[in-house]
Amino acid sequence: MSGIEVRGVSMVFETRRGRVTAIEEVSLDIPDARFVCIVGASGCGKSTLLNIMAGLIQPTSGTVLIDGREIESPGEDRGMVFQRYTLFPWLRVRENIEFGPKLKGVPKARRREISDRLLEEMSLGAFAHAYPKELSGGMQQRVAIARALANDPKVLLMDEPFGALDALTRASAQRFLTEVWEQHRRTIAFVTHDIEEAIFLGDTIFVMSPHPGRLREVVTVDLPRPRSLDELATPEFVALKQSILKLILG
Amino acid sequence: MTEGTGLEATTPPAATAAGGGRRRFRVSSLFAPKEPIPRVASVTLGLGSFGIVLALWAILSYGGVMSSFFLPSPTAVAKALYNLFEHYGFAGDVWASTRRIMLGFLLSAVLAIPLGIAIGSFRIFQAFFEPVIAAVRYMPASAFIPLLIIWFGIYENEKIAVIFIGVFFPLTLLIADVSANVPRELVQIAYTLGASRWQVFWRVLLPASWPGVLDNLRIGVGWAWTYLIVAELVAADQGIGHMILSASRFLQTDQIMAGIITIGALGLATDGIFRWLYRVLFPYAERVGR
Repeated sequence: MSGIEVRGVSMVFETRRGRVTAIEEVSLDIPDARFVCIVGASGCGKSTLLNIMAGLIQPTSGTVLIDGREIESPGEDRGMVFQRYTLFPWLRVRENIEFGPKLKGVPKARRREISDRLLEEMSLGAFAHAYPKELSGGMQQRVAIARALANDPKVLLMDEPFGALDALTRASAQRFLTEVWEQHRRTIAFVTHDIEEAIFLGDTIFVMSPHPGRLREVVTVDLPRPRSLDELATPEFVALKQSILKLILG
Repeated sequence: MTEGTGLEATTPPAATAAGGGRRRFRVSSLFAPKEPIPRVASVTLGLGSFGIVLALWAILSYGGVMSSFFLPSPTAVAKALYNLFEHYGFAGDVWASTRRIMLGFLLSAVLAIPLGIAIGSFRIFQAFFEPVIAAVRYMPASAFIPLLIIWFGIYENEKIAVIFIGVFFPLTLLIADVSANVPRELVQIAYTLGASRWQVFWRVLLPASWPGVLDNLRIGVGWAWTYLIVAELVAADQGIGHMILSASRFLQTDQIMAGIITIGALGLATDGIFRWLYRVLFPYAERVGR
């Protein structure tokens, strides 16, 4: 099958105070082109799980398959967006976006096409020559998303990308990401501790519980798309939020 | 820009605080931690601190509180400085010292930069080099001077060696720190964008380190002056330190002070060059114009 398959993944860290099990026996499927969110309290291993999917760390046991192939290292088929330190500060917006294609040796003219298209799509055209420090936090995250998309990845892995944004910017960033997803139809795995954010964005929500990090429940979000902010007040939304909150709090 | 995508640009945070030009000025606002203060205020304060030192000096000397032998007056020192350049070939001393600084510092920097970055980026280099460098760093460079005189004599090589020992070891460790502190996320992002290890090093770790490297070079050049003067005070035939030592033999306190002030001025000029370089080379860095 295509998409992401996580098979019995455990992660044990050796620390000075002994072994800490960050994730225990997590298995989950993310179908192709689906938007899934992974929620849980801090310490539930959700970021660790994402890093394993990215190939940035190797699980102690278990495997992750992308399109049926086991992953062993990070690769350009999986773009990543972090919460902080996301952009290369010494590169201008356009150069940040072209970073991936440039590594691959994509010719300049073609790179330019890619970045032009993404700049336009992300409404960043006016800031092509700006340095990251000249952008607001929300714009920086848009550039980070554009940079990940420039590689034309199968999967976008996002680790609380909007966690550092203020509430208003965050709401528009969420809407923006939904639009991007509807256009590009990539598989997105989105880690957050914000339940509302998870419901607003995801088709499926994987709820994790901490100490050790386990998959507790898979919640399907049936709310119609495109979702608007009004949805946040509907009884279905509120009920969903309550039930996930209960799962997380145990 | 299209409307409604959100995430619009905001004005830089400093603008909100600096926008107080038309607002009523409050003295208390000068004491807000970490907040910028008006440029006029910062220039006034900077000149003011110089002014106070000068005023104290003037009161103590012209006012006769201290004898002109112990504390020569500002005019006496200015005159001594003029005479040094005019009649005693002081320009030659200044050049000799500056040249030693440049050579010694350049040698230290050329070796400390690659080694420091390697130590900060690769654990294998860290494990090998760091212990020995950390140990040598605690041996004062001035203590090496007698040994270095035996090895190199009292001329240029010995001076450069003193500067090197004083600057190279701590500078390497500072630069290693800079590289080690490059945010992990930047490295991880590069890997997920398809970078090889080599590309991560050249395209992420190096460019991310440069601003911090320059910052530390600026600190290191200050050490270079300290060690050079110590070396020149011990044994030299030329140089600012040598001039100061000769002046001391003849109890020429005005010349001693002229020498010290010259070093201060050269230090300030070097610092200015580094700050200018930082602004020109790293326009993207967060703290520009420090």
